[in-house]
Amino acid sequence: MAKTLKINGKTETVDAAPGTPLLWVLRDHLKMTGTKFGCGIAQCGACTVHIDGTPTRSCVLPHDSLEGSEITTIEGVEGDAANLIRQVWVENDVPQCGYCQSGQIMAATALLAENSDPTDADIDAAMSGNICRCATYMSIRRAIKTAASRA
Amino acid sequence: MFLRNMGIIPGKAPTGSDKGGPRSTTNLSRRSFVAGSGLFVVGVTLAGCSNYVEPDIDANAFDLPNPGDSPLTQVAGGDASPALWIAIDEDGAVKITCHRSEMGQQVWTSMAQIVADELEADWDRVEIVQAEGHERYGDQNTDGSRSVRYNFHRLRVAGAAMRKMLTDAAALYWGMDPSECSAAEGLVSNSQNSDTLSYGNLAELAARLPVPAEDDISLKKPGEWRFINKEIPSLTIPLITRGQGTFGIDVDRPDMVYAVVARPPQVFGRVGRVDDAAALAVPGVLQTVRLRDAKPPALFQPMGGIAVIARDTWAAIQGRNALDVQWIDGPNAGYDSISFAEAMKRTARRPGTVRRERGNVRAGIARAAQVVEAEYYAPHLSQSPMEPPSATAHWTDDKLECWACVQDPQTTRQTLADLLEIDKENITVNATWLGGAFGRKSKPDFVVEAALIAKEVGKPVKVTWTREDEVRHGFYHSASAQRLEAGLDADGKCTSYLHRTVFPPIASTFADGMATPTDGEMGLGATDVPFAMPNLRVESGDAKGHLRIGWLRSVANIYHAFAVQSFAAELAHAAGRDQKDYLLELIGGARTFDPGEEGATYPNYDASIEDYPIETGRLSNVVEKAAEMARWGRDLPSGHGLGIAVHRSFLSYIATVIEVSVSPEGMLAIPGIWLAVDAGTVVNPRHARAQMEGGTIYGLSNALYGEITARKGAVVQDNFPSWRVLRMGEAPRDFEVTIVQSNTRPAGIGEPATPPAAPALTNAIFNATGHRIRTLPIIGATGSRLKLPETQTA
Repeated sequence: MAKTLKINGKTETVDAAPGTPLLWVLRDHLKMTGTKFGCGIAQCGACTVHIDGTPTRSCVLPHDSLEGSEITTIEGVEGDAANLIRQVWVENDVPQCGYCQSGQIMAATALLAENSDPTDADIDAAMSGNICRCATYMSIRRAIKTAASRA
Repeated sequence: MFLRNMGIIPGKAPTGSDKGGPRSTTNLSRRSFVAGSGLFVVGVTLAGCSNYVEPDIDANAFDLPNPGDSPLTQVAGGDASPALWIAIDEDGAVKITCHRSEMGQQVWTSMAQIVADELEADWDRVEIVQAEGHERYGDQNTDGSRSVRYNFHRLRVAGAAMRKMLTDAAALYWGMDPSECSAAEGLVSNSQNSDTLSYGNLAELAARLPVPAEDDISLKKPGEWRFINKEIPSLTIPLITRGQGTFGIDVDRPDMVYAVVARPPQVFGRVGRVDDAAALAVPGVLQTVRLRDAKPPALFQPMGGIAVIARDTWAAIQGRNALDVQWIDGPNAGYDSISFAEAMKRTARRPGTVRRERGNVRAGIARAAQVVEAEYYAPHLSQSPMEPPSATAHWTDDKLECWACVQDPQTTRQTLADLLEIDKENITVNATWLGGAFGRKSKPDFVVEAALIAKEVGKPVKVTWTREDEVRHGFYHSASAQRLEAGLDADGKCTSYLHRTVFPPIASTFADGMATPTDGEMGLGATDVPFAMPNLRVESGDAKGHLRIGWLRSVANIYHAFAVQSFAAELAHAAGRDQKDYLLELIGGARTFDPGEEGATYPNYDASIEDYPIETGRLSNVVEKAAEMARWGRDLPSGHGLGIAVHRSFLSYIATVIEVSVSPEGMLAIPGIWLAVDAGTVVNPRHARAQMEGGTIYGLSNALYGEITARKGAVVQDNFPSWRVLRMGEAPRDFEVTIVQSNTRPAGIGEPATPPAAPALTNAIFNATGHRIRTLPIIGATGSRLKLPETQTA
């Protein structure tokens, strides 16, 4: 029943029940708790990871469907877009509590990697799946624009 | 590593990869340790003095008397003994204990700014140690927007006392008078030569000196501050961007198992017949545990039910889904929030209990040229922090250790002692980071659950609440019905004002049957109304609680500010006057007042009215400032409107102007928000601005969408589609904040932006459409986002 997953470039073997979402494999089996639980029904974006570079909600994604995929989490996301996003996030003190920010950063990184000059509408479209109850939305929008100006 | 410690280690040291313990930041040192030499090379500060090598101080070479007890245990705000708050490592790391909970308000950073400024620490060497729950720290209840207010003075004293001890130690070492020595950026220098001594080197000797008395400590003047009132970057955010830092839900202990709980749908419902065979057949499920039924009053006890224990959270959730439980109705089975709302509205139409009175309102209204009446309703709300409640408990024999995202680890510890009937000394409560809280995590019921389950299981247990659990089994913001009446004279001037407010009080959670709004809740925007008319009366009406009622960011201020500030705009409209001008007229001239002089019992946020008077001039000032920022009175495009509201809460004064646009199809947009805040001394303006934005949007989310309803005693909503919250696309395009520069006593920042948000929005919608919204939410959970219902645009 053990499955082999490629996470942040490393091969991990996990033994979870069939159908267990990737989120809980990451958090409970692999102790990679940077990816957060927020709703469990793909409505809030806190659990966002990249599957082959595409932002994806890990809370509804069976881990056993992912053999052969490149899984990237907040702990391992690197590259120009990720570095830039982290940099502007720190410079602007974007997060408040920080709980949703792993998902926000994964979504923003994917946006910036695909679109180096996003408009407000592009940002809304890419980020509206990620809820922040601290309401860092304005800071996120400002930071993405700052990042884009440097990309 | 040898720790040169100031007596005791406050809290707990960071625990590295062990995710159980509180975490500390680790900042890179600007100084480098020269391996093997035992010496420090102080490269940055001593540029140009390259031959100087700091000598290694041997504290044992000094024959010093016992330093005695700290004389700083009783300063204003509590214990300011340096040993409680500061530890300095021999390598120069300055470890500052934060006894309040970090939940996004950046309290780690603000507490450290206060201590480090007076300490003259090198900011790059500051690390945070999160305190466990313990009385030695004084109040740890991180709510009420009071972390800075309660601790500003004593943390400054602690930092300044430590600075003096380090300076005295340097003077002793050099054989100089302390007046010849001074401290800056983690180094002590002297007026005789260019030598310096670093804090890490001095720490052990300083620790053997007596703690100075408060009279012998000089605090820096505001003009000398280097960290206070400066935009110091957050200490937590670099960790957050890497997915590091431990929230309650992230705690991991060796051999830990995972639990979720099936709770009765109603408060005080009970467990009947249970068949757990299918649950136990779910792969990964280990066992079930039946929790004891809850009994009134609710207090912070768990609500009972069946816990499912598994080897991961997912298996526990699947196991819970497979449980077959028959629930037995309890005393709240008849609660229907819709019909209860009508009952509260009827109560609000009858004379209530007078809570503040000036002049004769009835006579004033009888004489009025024009009478204005309005009724407002606001529903239950859920706090819904992004991190749902989660707690981990581990028993070792009769000792209990818990790790949890709690706003008040001390109350958590006391609650555990009370409900588990064990000695508090046998309980350790570690506060993790909180993934948002908004009042939910000041109630430690979820930690008690973890402790009860862990006791049965015999292993460390982490209880996680799913989003459905959080929405359906919370401590809810109270629903409220309010009625306001006013009399205007022939010139449109308001002469008489009556405000009647009806809501189940938070006290109903703590005493069965308690139905009368408390002085504390009445003082959140009702009895402290700042209006100057000759006749004024504030009344309350009783309402029983049928859900657990609890605090939510800014509490009763939300519905009181909504009604009072909406009504102010309604009066302006009735008088044919500008909203802003009329609001200033209602507030009247600059003065201070005490609602206690008009019969109110007014707690003033637990502050003395002398230290924190209600100053109407500060209210008017922020109104003028926000209006100026928004260019109030400018020509607006068709379908646009500006609305304004002002409110004092948590001892801060905030005015908010919101611009809306409403399309002919009823689509709402928020092009801009302008907010002016006077919160006295602000420790970190950048983080204060973030709280202004966050608090406002939190209020707007509730006003637009937020509504918890109950049917047959059970909450109807369950997750983000039905419990709707504001998303990125609905956030305003422009948000400007002005912080009034002030050196007066610090006031609240985390909550006070929320109350004026809803009335500023509805006042703007009125100016855009002519439609007055008196019932919240404006849009609700169904329908398209930001589409105003037709009834509200007609």
